[in-house]
Amino acid sequence: MLDFTQQLISGVALGCVYGLIALGFVLIYKATEVVNFAQGEIMMLGAFMSVTFITTLGLNYWLSFLLCVIAMAILGAIMERLVLRPILGYPQFSIVMATIGLGLVIRALVGIIWGTDDLRIETPFTDGVFKIGALVIAWDALSIIVATILLCAALYAFFRFTRVGIAMQATSQNMLAAYYMGIPVKRMFSLIWSLSAMVACAAGILLAPITLIHANLGFLGIKAFPAAVLGGFGSIPGAVAGGITIGIVESLSGFYLPEGFKDVAAYVVLLAVLLWKPQGLFGLNAVKKV
Amino acid sequence: MTMGTAQPILRLANVESTYGPITAIRGISLDLMQGQIVTVLGANGAGKTSILKTISGVLDPVKGTVEFEGRKIRSMEPDKVVRLGISHVPEGREVFPFLSVRDNLRMGAYIRNDSKAVASDLEKVFDYFPVLRERQNQIAGQLSGGQQQMLAISRALMSRPKVLLLDEPSLGLSPLLVKEIFTIIRRLNAEEGVSILLVEQNAKMALETAHYGYVLEVGRVVMHDACANLLQSDQVREFYLGMHSEGGHGGRR
Repeated sequence: MLDFTQQLISGVALGCVYGLIALGFVLIYKATEVVNFAQGEIMMLGAFMSVTFITTLGLNYWLSFLLCVIAMAILGAIMERLVLRPILGYPQFSIVMATIGLGLVIRALVGIIWGTDDLRIETPFTDGVFKIGALVIAWDALSIIVATILLCAALYAFFRFTRVGIAMQATSQNMLAAYYMGIPVKRMFSLIWSLSAMVACAAGILLAPITLIHANLGFLGIKAFPAAVLGGFGSIPGAVAGGITIGIVESLSGFYLPEGFKDVAAYVVLLAVLLWKPQGLFGLNAVKKV
Repeated sequence: MTMGTAQPILRLANVESTYGPITAIRGISLDLMQGQIVTVLGANGAGKTSILKTISGVLDPVKGTVEFEGRKIRSMEPDKVVRLGISHVPEGREVFPFLSVRDNLRMGAYIRNDSKAVASDLEKVFDYFPVLRERQNQIAGQLSGGQQQMLAISRALMSRPKVLLLDEPSLGLSPLLVKEIFTIIRRLNAEEGVSILLVEQNAKMALETAHYGYVLEVGRVVMHDACANLLQSDQVREFYLGMHSEGGHGGRR
């Protein structure tokens, strides 16, 4: 039982990271109908940036976190402006290829700037543990879970109550009508990319202490993708729930099942869920009006 | 009506718009006088919607000028056009289906920063359409077609437009609802002083509501006159109102 709880908690922590990356997929997809395959690389870039701020410049963890997120917000908007805006309206295929290309460019740049060695950062949570009886929870894991809850609450409030947040929803629900309302749709697209890069960056920094920081971190995006699909690709709570589900499944199957199952478990769960509920766990039942 | 002396608030001159290789409107000239309701009649595909889209900046014309209050607005970004005071109620309502009625209306006021006046305008549209007040917390996708049309009109009013572009407000509504909507369109024009450009297939309703009318055929204006005169015209009576004129050119169809 203790093992189970232990695995469950680390699964939830890892799942939160998947969930945050999936959230980035969903935000961009909902607003612009583009699947951004560079999401994992953007997360990786965030993690590497934190190395520069924390290790190289020796800044405080919290300040570095904030600076990274701000920098990523700006980079996100720049990526949208330079890569996506010019090809908006072209076939999906071109756009998907452009985002894959963007991911490759980020990978290459990271290799050039930070090298190919594994890096790590010191955080206030490093080596700290939290004990409940025999149960040992690493602060690292706990920090991810708490930060995910806070981020989701902030995002919920943003989309539910602020004018810009509602305008983003409006844009994603009906772009033409958003134009007619005087909502600057193109600026909304930049904002969505900023927001999604910020979330990815936060995920990267939170993840850094439990894995090492290396150029392959971007592949986690591929794992977060089934999380987004599982949640219904288009549902924000669904993305997080999907991420946590996959995190738990991975963690438990890694512990209880023979070697190798861990890596495919996510996809097995995804296929099973899609057979049972093709629209995903939280997907909207309505078929989109064209 | 003070025609002749008044300046048009909105003027199109020789406007030509295309969708790729297809020419939607060919050299349209049209005036909307301050405080008037002007209607554009025509069959499906005559280019009515394209005129409105060209005005609101969603469709860029290849030729001609569009002037609003004497200012050239051709090819302006749609959000800038709204800020100038032109609000578009698109064909098929196009509400934000997963936002509440209230949030839909808030989006209508997106360009405004005077939150107090917005709140009082919200009350005003609720007075025009009481059913929206009752359903303000429901999501817009759950409203009936008629209620969605009311929401679309209200949402456009929330930007306090000087000109309202109405695209087929009667589409898919029961005759009773059509009557109700047109009564309110008339009231909005009379009470709020909004100038209205109305595109309609329901020619009878449109001609009874508007002051001046344009008849469109395959992208061209073939006739324009005061609505009272158009209602008397044999051609309009036969082709748009479905009445058989006595004598005249009976055999043409």
